[in-house]
Amino acid sequence: MSDLLLKIRDLKIEGRSDETWNPIINGIDVDLKRGEVLGMIGESGAGKSTVGLASMGYTRDGVRISNGSVEFDGVDLVTASASTKRALLGKRIAYVAQSAAASFNPAHKLIDQHTEGPVQHGVSSRAESELDGIELYRRLRLPDPEEIGFRYPHQVSGGQLQRAMTAMAMACRPDLIIFDEPTTALDVTTQIEVLASIRDIVEQFDTAAIYITHDLAVVAQMADKIKVLLKGDEVEEADTHTMLSAPQEEYTKSLWAVRSFERPAKPAINTSATPVVSVRNVTAAYGTVDVLHDVSFDIHAGRTVAVVGESGSGKSTAARCITGLLPPRIGHVEFDGQQLPLSYKQRDKSQLRQAQMIYQMADTALNPRKSIGETIGRPVEFYMGLTGREKRKRVEELLAEIELEPTEYFNRLPSELSGGQKQRIGIARALAAEPKFIICDEVTSALDQLVAEGILRLLAKLQDELGLSYMFITHDLATVRSIADEVVVMKEGKVVEQGPKKEMFKPPHHPYTDLLLSSVPEMDPDWLTNLLQERGVDNIGDAAADKM
Amino acid sequence: MNALIWIVGGVLLLLALGWAFRFAAQKLTGNKPYFRDMPLGVAFGYVFAAAALLFSVWYFFQPQAVNDIPQPGVIFFRWAVIGLLGFAAASWLFRTVFRNVGSEGSKKLFRSMPLTAAFGIMIIIAYAFVSIFAGFIAPYGQEEILGSANVVAGGNPALGGNPEFPLGTDQIGRDILSRLIYGAQNTVGIAFVTTCLAFLLGGTLGFLAAVLGGWLDQLLSRMVDALMAIPSLIFSLLLMTIATAWAGSEAWLVTVYMIFIIAVIDSTRVFRLSRAVGQSIVVMDYIEAAKLRGEGMGYLIFREILPNALAPLLAEFGLRFCFVFLTIASLSFLGVGIQPPKADWGTMVRDLSQFINFAAFAPNVAVTPLLAAGAIALLTVAVNFVVDWMLHKSSGLKE
Repeated sequence: MSDLLLKIRDLKIEGRSDETWNPIINGIDVDLKRGEVLGMIGESGAGKSTVGLASMGYTRDGVRISNGSVEFDGVDLVTASASTKRALLGKRIAYVAQSAAASFNPAHKLIDQHTEGPVQHGVSSRAESELDGIELYRRLRLPDPEEIGFRYPHQVSGGQLQRAMTAMAMACRPDLIIFDEPTTALDVTTQIEVLASIRDIVEQFDTAAIYITHDLAVVAQMADKIKVLLKGDEVEEADTHTMLSAPQEEYTKSLWAVRSFERPAKPAINTSATPVVSVRNVTAAYGTVDVLHDVSFDIHAGRTVAVVGESGSGKSTAARCITGLLPPRIGHVEFDGQQLPLSYKQRDKSQLRQAQMIYQMADTALNPRKSIGETIGRPVEFYMGLTGREKRKRVEELLAEIELEPTEYFNRLPSELSGGQKQRIGIARALAAEPKFIICDEVTSALDQLVAEGILRLLAKLQDELGLSYMFITHDLATVRSIADEVVVMKEGKVVEQGPKKEMFKPPHHPYTDLLLSSVPEMDPDWLTNLLQERGVDNIGDAAADKM
Repeated sequence: MNALIWIVGGVLLLLALGWAFRFAAQKLTGNKPYFRDMPLGVAFGYVFAAAALLFSVWYFFQPQAVNDIPQPGVIFFRWAVIGLLGFAAASWLFRTVFRNVGSEGSKKLFRSMPLTAAFGIMIIIAYAFVSIFAGFIAPYGQEEILGSANVVAGGNPALGGNPEFPLGTDQIGRDILSRLIYGAQNTVGIAFVTTCLAFLLGGTLGFLAAVLGGWLDQLLSRMVDALMAIPSLIFSLLLMTIATAWAGSEAWLVTVYMIFIIAVIDSTRVFRLSRAVGQSIVVMDYIEAAKLRGEGMGYLIFREILPNALAPLLAEFGLRFCFVFLTIASLSFLGVGIQPPKADWGTMVRDLSQFINFAAFAPNVAVTPLLAAGAIALLTVAVNFVVDWMLHKSSGLKE
């Protein structure tokens, strides 16, 4: 038996579009030993997932392997027959997908899906694999391991589901697991739990793994060596310590440098000035359940207030109260010292104009059937009354402001733009209303780090030029660090702590702020190990139970 | 029992042939993955298709008459094959022409178009042309009673035909070709108007229910549920009976009532669709952005929602048109639809239906009722091909 478990040579993959085959991957080599973890990073569209799937000899529909070999333990998966692959996949090679919620069959209990593989492959009987599943759940530190398997996927949280999926991948004790962005959709606090348990279990069973992600700090914790991909080409590969301390290529250096963006601190707020937006003792409910409890904070002119918290903490609900989409049950919102009508329906045009919003998913925030010119032109026409040539001129100005070539983009449809460009159009649409205040709802969380940084820089530039105030909703503390002036930490619909950024990042913290802050992965390969020691492993189990 | 033995024997033989075919292919191609991984079922399919093709070719060239007795099976089969190949050739020609003529956009459209869609578009254009210019194309009037009744189609005097009436005449001596052409005008025209009305009604209410929600949505949806619970053909038959009584001697009023009745009944389906499509669009962030901008209801529905709902609605329009068209034909067949003496395909099928009994010994006579039925079928198939293609395009599915 050779030492190499997976040997990919000169892998080329093509995808079919517009009746021709276009290259996606242009010749990639991978060597993976038993028990080794390879981190694969790159922007979206770099071909990470495609390579990940190809290492199981699988391609998505409309994609084909055109050249090269994928040797798994001496068997070439590219030319292997379907029955040979069936015997290997699930048993010796397993796959953990990005969205566990979308990958579990909602109609079956977790344990039923867990045991399906081992029974099908004849590894163990149903009863044995059930016991083994419970053991795996315990090792992955899922709460209540005896019972959790007998729940349906919708009855457990996202982080738990992701761990249950890892357990399922481990069910046949495979030699190789492919993790495709398993923590990208999770909150920082949940991410830690999943990362720690994945790492433990991979070590315990000496499993080789390919860990695909776009988050450098995460890959630093998980991988023995790192491979950087860019548009289907390998940029470089090195072991984790070397890669982090001394990257060779320019592109890798630029990736590493992303988190360095930080705005200079602004002078302290003039507390006597009227804040632009002031949220006063707001309590709001969906139906009969209160989701916001007595929330108050101020946003001053020309400042950025970051609202931080896990999903479900009420960040976006607070934004909905400000915009009037969800009228508060108690309390109100003031704008420039004037109380705003509770519902957006009762606000007049100028009140609506002053507060604009930029959305998380640029895909759903732009009407796919409207050209860029129409999308940005509408608020110009609606609020400013400009038409014809004047309107066009104003739209072109706005496009120039968001650093897109006006003549080139004016007639394009959203589908002809990249994710970052779409987000810029969203910004331009908000600017077109010439507002004082913009709510940015997770505007960078769906973007790659390089692109996200560009958006943050643009927002910072616009704030300096136009004196805008931002309410910046995010769960990413790195973003907070780079753009915020003040921070509001929310948990379960309550404001836990608020103050200037400098104070927030300095101890002493509220315990929850501390948990959030310490959960942000750092670019230090030993960070996770140290953190776990510091917290004591049991704490994580408690934290998980806490979240239930 | 005998037939069963033949069928089982045939299947076993084909299975054996399939296995042999796969084995031979594996040997000849040096075990190419395609043949190596081929299940026996697929090999059986190939052999079966080949056998069916061979049989068709053999059957096609059988004599059309033995001892002067016509063989209807062979004759109808030949007509079907010739028709199929003819239409395929015509639509290929049609597509080739438009790939080279016309604007850049239309050329590009035709280049990516499957043959079925080209066929559909060609037929729809032809029907539209015929129904618009019926008065110029038809050799006789639709109500005109000519000399001889029951002239056989084909125009061969030896078989009871007449070259002046290429498709023959009906029992009271009206030219069938002219009636078919006018029938296109009446049936297709009325179906089109009815479908447009159904979409106007169902679409507007559906979007309104989706945007406003709440009690209006509940009220409209429950009303639609109630209407949909009644079998539509029976319901329209019932209403038409009442309408006929109301209309009294005014035949044209019956047609107007029919348009409204079918439009209302079909608008329930349109309502369901546009409400569902609308609801999935209403939750999008760009709708929220428009609401927060302070846009009115009209702008929301017509400028933000409608452009995004257009693809599924157009596809539904095609299908709904077919159903409306078939409903009209059925109602006319049952005697409560388009009133004689106006020509209508449904009525024509009913009036001429007894000729189908001649199929066994006089194919030329039996074809008479099939002409109108074929006209209905052809349009239905054509519209469905186009709808399939549009759905395929709008959903972005790849083959």
